[in-house]
Amino acid sequence: MSILVIQILNSLFYASVLFLIAAGLSLIFGVMRIVNMAHGTLYAVGAYVTAWLMGKAIALGVPLGWLFLLLPVGAGVVALAGFVIEPLLLRPFYRRAEEYQLLVTFGLLLILEDVIRFLWGGMPITADTLQDVVPIMHIGGLVYPGYNLVVIGIGALAAIGLWAGIYRTKFGVMLRATSQDRRMASALGINVGLVYMSAFAIGCFMAGLGGAIIVPSQAAVLGMGVDALILAFVVVVIGGLGSLQGALVGALIVSFVRTAGIQFFPEIELAVLYLIAAIVLLIKPTGLFGNA
Amino acid sequence: MTILLKTVDLRKQFGETRACDGVNFVVHKGEFLSLVGSNGAGKTSLVNLISAHLTPDSGQILFEDKDITFMTVSERIKAGIARSFQIVNLFDGLTVFDNIALSIFSRDGKAGKIISLAEHDDDVRRETLEVLGQFGLSDKTAVLAGGLAQGERKLLDVAVAYALRPKLLFLDEPTSGVSTHEKAQIMDTVSSVVRAGTVTAVVIEHDMDVVFRYSDRIVMMHEGAFLADGTPDQIKMNKDVANILLGVPLSV
Amino acid sequence: MRWLRERSKVQLAAVAAAVLLLLALLPPFIGVYQTQLLTYGLIAAIAALGFNLLLGYTGLLSFGHSAFFGIGAYTVAFLARDAGIHSMELYILLGLPISALLSALFGYISVRHTRIFFGILTLALSQVLYSLAYKLFWVTGGSDGLRVPRPTLLAGLVSFSGPGSFLRFVNSYYYYVLAVFAVCVVVMWVIVHSPFGKALQAIRDNEVRAAFLGLRISRFRWVAFLISGTFTSLAGILWVPLNGLTTPEILYWPFSGEIVFTALLGGFRNFSGPIVGGIVFTYLKTYAVATTEYWQLLLGVVLVMLILVLPTGIVGAVSRLADRLKAKGKS
Repeated sequence: MSILVIQILNSLFYASVLFLIAAGLSLIFGVMRIVNMAHGTLYAVGAYVTAWLMGKAIALGVPLGWLFLLLPVGAGVVALAGFVIEPLLLRPFYRRAEEYQLLVTFGLLLILEDVIRFLWGGMPITADTLQDVVPIMHIGGLVYPGYNLVVIGIGALAAIGLWAGIYRTKFGVMLRATSQDRRMASALGINVGLVYMSAFAIGCFMAGLGGAIIVPSQAAVLGMGVDALILAFVVVVIGGLGSLQGALVGALIVSFVRTAGIQFFPEIELAVLYLIAAIVLLIKPTGLFGNA
Repeated sequence: MTILLKTVDLRKQFGETRACDGVNFVVHKGEFLSLVGSNGAGKTSLVNLISAHLTPDSGQILFEDKDITFMTVSERIKAGIARSFQIVNLFDGLTVFDNIALSIFSRDGKAGKIISLAEHDDDVRRETLEVLGQFGLSDKTAVLAGGLAQGERKLLDVAVAYALRPKLLFLDEPTSGVSTHEKAQIMDTVSSVVRAGTVTAVVIEHDMDVVFRYSDRIVMMHEGAFLADGTPDQIKMNKDVANILLGVPLSV
Repeated sequence: MRWLRERSKVQLAAVAAAVLLLLALLPPFIGVYQTQLLTYGLIAAIAALGFNLLLGYTGLLSFGHSAFFGIGAYTVAFLARDAGIHSMELYILLGLPISALLSALFGYISVRHTRIFFGILTLALSQVLYSLAYKLFWVTGGSDGLRVPRPTLLAGLVSFSGPGSFLRFVNSYYYYVLAVFAVCVVVMWVIVHSPFGKALQAIRDNEVRAAFLGLRISRFRWVAFLISGTFTSLAGILWVPLNGLTTPEILYWPFSGEIVFTALLGGFRNFSGPIVGGIVFTYLKTYAVATTEYWQLLLGVVLVMLILVLPTGIVGAVSRLADRLKAKGKS
């Protein structure tokens, strides 16, 4: 029984991180019609930056509780990167064929992967001090890191925050208008360039936050972004590219299947996920919640 | 006169808009027929339904007495129905020659040939050059379709559909956006191939001068239904038509 | 007219023969390392040539061609390990139908979509293979991969053992690959100039109109996918004896990205683009890896610059330059 509870918590933990990555990817696609292949790597940047900042802060003797503030800071750094990347690298390509847009983000991925290697070297870096700040829980006779619940909480908050931001604010209206019809939005006086930049930066923030919250529990390693991207693809393919609910449901499906997979069919766990994605694409090309 | 195509109570609705409201459309063999009417009257929808670009909500389409209502695009082309599009639809990366040759390959069931050079098929080559000659494009064979001027593109567009050697050819605004001189060239060519005998043409056209000059028969559509049907002379006398053409709303 | 056509074909054949002759004469002058590198380049060219039937001629961007390269390589590895086969010809004869089967399956699924969904679908399918190769280590050797000994060439006539065999292998294998490459180029050239090839380009340019010529679009796309995947798998088959080892890396999706990169580098709108791209990319990557630890960054920058400045690739830019010079010469 308690094992089941732990597995469910693990799935939710994993789903929170995956949702953050996939929702960002989906948001960027929904507004800008660009599939950002560098998205997983931006998640990795979030993890590295956060872990590095935490290391510095601990060395400076910052009280441990304050370390939590570094999570949004790590994500913010990635968002700042987004503010630079969008006008510099993506904007010249909006009028070009979508193959080129895809390839530019692939080029960005290659660049960022090596920037990470250059800045932090090839060794994994951890930030597990933060995990130790939150007390261990006892579930049945088993111990479980309380930090995971914090991550689940952040995931839930992010989902609510994003939903509110898109459906309950003026900026959200502008975002949705732009994603519906760019030219019309522009005619209505919406600054489309600014909306694009903001959407991309928000997407980056989400990815960065995903990296920031996972790094206290799993070390940042090279290649983590490349792996994450494919899983995020699976999520958005299942849920529907461009759909927020889709990202949420997709993240939950992928996480639960993965947890079950690791338990019961570890050899083909990933293969099963990709197959699910392929099958969804075949039966419902727009995903469960997509309409594009 | 032999009936080539007949629709029976054809209906298609988009939301509240009735694009085709119980249309009974008849095309006779060998005629040059024009479909006229204001924008949104349902002309293109009717052509889309007949060419399988749209599926009807209800009704029947008979071609040479065969029910083709549920045939796919390629089956209808095989049966002998071809069409062009309102906006020029060409293969811009292929030469003018290849644009036409491909129609012929497809018609003859040779488009799937993989291990043989397209230009080595002498029959197709001869016929392609012949079609290009008919449409006055002989000196453009090696030009990429994307590099043609608008009038030439329109001509090529019609030629591509014509090269399928259909029994029934639908042309959706073949002269829109071209000069008066080119209009005459396009319509002269189309009408000469119709007069030559093998093709029946249904043309959607806005320019009433062109319509009256070339058509054997004119059908006028309004709000998804037929408003008038007759020879150019009969249509000229028709009050409803005059009202619509002059933009006066119909009295109910 | 006919004469003109024939003359242009004679010219083309003459240029091709000259390039082939040049490639055949190179090895004694460039030494063993360069010969080996050039072999890799020719193999990459075959892979890109196959890939480009989809991107350049059918208008479909596959992000999963690593699957076909990988299936070719792993099939050879299995044949060597489990069936004790060591003949290159048998590798090709057995490997191609197996790869074609996989291409047919993946293609059947993928061509129902176009654009970005096609890309993601091919990517997802290729990653099924990657994760299997990675996880089923008792079959595939996992991340260690599988070793492949040097095969015999020409039905056992040429075999490689004893002292000096490495040098002999590199040399003979170069000519072997060159011959296969030449055949591939001719076959692909015929395919893209066949009625089928023209139909693919028509579908690429204007799907709706192509359908209204009576072409069955998804059937054509499927066959194109099948040929494309099989070509790329042939590259994988040729690659593995030279590399001596196959690992899941070649099934991983960034490798698909490299194939895309290759075609783009040479220019995917030209027939010879992927060939040039394959060779140039091989050198570019080799030297990038040799000179800097941060070769990915270098490649990434090259890729972005390429898209920004030379979207038609090397061949596209060169031919445009040639056109301009010709126009100048005339005036």
